[in-house]
Amino acid sequence: MKSEKELEEIFEKKLANNEFIEPKDWMPEKYRHHLIRQISQHAHSEVVGMLPEGNWITRAPSLRAKLVLLAKVQDEGGHGLYLYSAAETLGISRDEMIEALHAGKAKYSSIFNYPTLTWADIGAIGWLVDGAAIMNQVMLQRTSYGPYSRAMIRICKEESFHQRQGYEIMMRLALGTPEQKQMAQDALNRWWYPTLMMFGPPDDQSPNTADAVKWRIKRETNDQLRQKFVNQTVPQAEFIGLKVPDPNLKWNEAKKGYDFTPPDWNEFWRVIKGDGPCNKERLAARIKAHEEGKWVREAAAAYAQKHNKEMLVS
Amino acid sequence: MNFQEALFKYLLILGDTSLILGQRLSEWTAHGPFLEEDLALTNIALDTIGHAKTLLEYAAKVENKGRDEDALAYFRNGREYFNVKLVEQPNGNYADTMVRQVFMDAFRYHYFKALCNSKDETLSALAQKAVKEVSYHYRHSSWWIKRFGDGTEESHHKAQNAINNLWRFTGELFTPDESEKIMEEENIAPSLQSIEYLWKEDIQNLFKEATLSIPENTYMQLGGKQGIHTEHLDYILAEMQSLPRMYPDAKW
Ligand SMILES: [Fe+2]
Ligand SMILES: [Fe+2]
Repeated sequence: MKSEKELEEIFEKKLANNEFIEPKDWMPEKYRHHLIRQISQHAHSEVVGMLPEGNWITRAPSLRAKLVLLAKVQDEGGHGLYLYSAAETLGISRDEMIEALHAGKAKYSSIFNYPTLTWADIGAIGWLVDGAAIMNQVMLQRTSYGPYSRAMIRICKEESFHQRQGYEIMMRLALGTPEQKQMAQDALNRWWYPTLMMFGPPDDQSPNTADAVKWRIKRETNDQLRQKFVNQTVPQAEFIGLKVPDPNLKWNEAKKGYDFTPPDWNEFWRVIKGDGPCNKERLAARIKAHEEGKWVREAAAAYAQKHNKEMLVS
Repeated sequence: MNFQEALFKYLLILGDTSLILGQRLSEWTAHGPFLEEDLALTNIALDTIGHAKTLLEYAAKVENKGRDEDALAYFRNGREYFNVKLVEQPNGNYADTMVRQVFMDAFRYHYFKALCNSKDETLSALAQKAVKEVSYHYRHSSWWIKRFGDGTEESHHKAQNAINNLWRFTGELFTPDESEKIMEEENIAPSLQSIEYLWKEDIQNLFKEATLSIPENTYMQLGGKQGIHTEHLDYILAEMQSLPRMYPDAKW
């Protein structure tokens, strides 16, 4: 049998050669834990994220918009499924992950603790939130853990579709009646800074970044990604005549990027700690669905047990 | 009622029934009993609202007054909606939803199957696509009815309650409106009598297997096809139509 030191060397070598780590491979406990935390958080984010968008399905303003939104929310749930499965390969069950979420121990993306107040928020989420998610996730397609990487490849394709659809909603509004344009601008005003927060705290306050980069769980730092997102998004806003709500936003030729005002990091930490506008509502909705679904799951299990026996006999 | 008026009214009965059922189903999205089931129901809502969109598009074309499917969906009042009362009934618990669903799925499955032979090409094309989707919906809801009926005591009780409550709305499915009679004579719509026969046989067999029973001597509640609804419909419409009504000049 190989010693732990030898195993670790094999692991490090695989990382260095850009090879995938697979479920059966030996991996350091720290790596496993980091992945479980990150993948389950990601899965929870997909599922909790269904709530703010689901909030507008019954009020979507055209039948086409209703179908597009239903399909999008369904995609997000599908992402949750792939990711729960990827996390399960690391030796944790979906029940355990859901329990941790409901107990408030596992986190999900804080962006979903903001309310969807108008139809334009559905456009803003697709354009900005899915857009920011893609920036984070594109690099995860090449992440070191095989099942996570493969899940991300499937997910990324759909996320770029969502982003285009979100931008299309914003464009229709921005080019529509004055009230619609105002609705779009208001949504951009409310979602801009929370979206910038999605990349995580500034690099000098991000405790997990170093390990994550070393393990190829992450490839770029929070601040690098945030900068990239701003550079990409500002021209998109300008193109449809919307204004990014930042008086200090300015192109900086030297760094070939925009200078911009960072989000309010006190707000960021406050929302993470549970005092965002919708933290309580989101968790309560997840717990309610789970508890009200209990008898349904039990009925399916009871039936399976009864009828498996019968099938053996017949 | 001339042919065009009858066809228009007939398409509204079908389209509104799909739309209101889809709208109800979509209320479950993100709140389902577990993730796979949440996605399955969302998928069924998608198909169903898709049918509604096609049917209302066609209705608008037949009406030929410059309205489109969204004008029909978002700018008619409850009295101008002609869905059957069953589909506007609240979601309740998951057994309430699934009993409502199996009643509708068994109906739609046999209905669309027969509608494949419609003389109207638009409708027969729609039916050929829809029957594939609905046969999946039907398998899904029957799967649950068996599990609820023959699962736990609690699930059995909930399913039986749902049946007892919703049975009174099933008669309307098979009670033709004037427009449906005209369409049947024209070989455009299937005979509701023949669908009723198939439907009853299916439901009786399913309930028997699921150890559930059908209530006797139920007075059937009609009226939806004439625009006389239960009190639920206007709340559904108030929610669904709120944005276009608030901004009638806007395009989305
Ligand atoms: Fe997603
Ligand atoms: Fe997405």
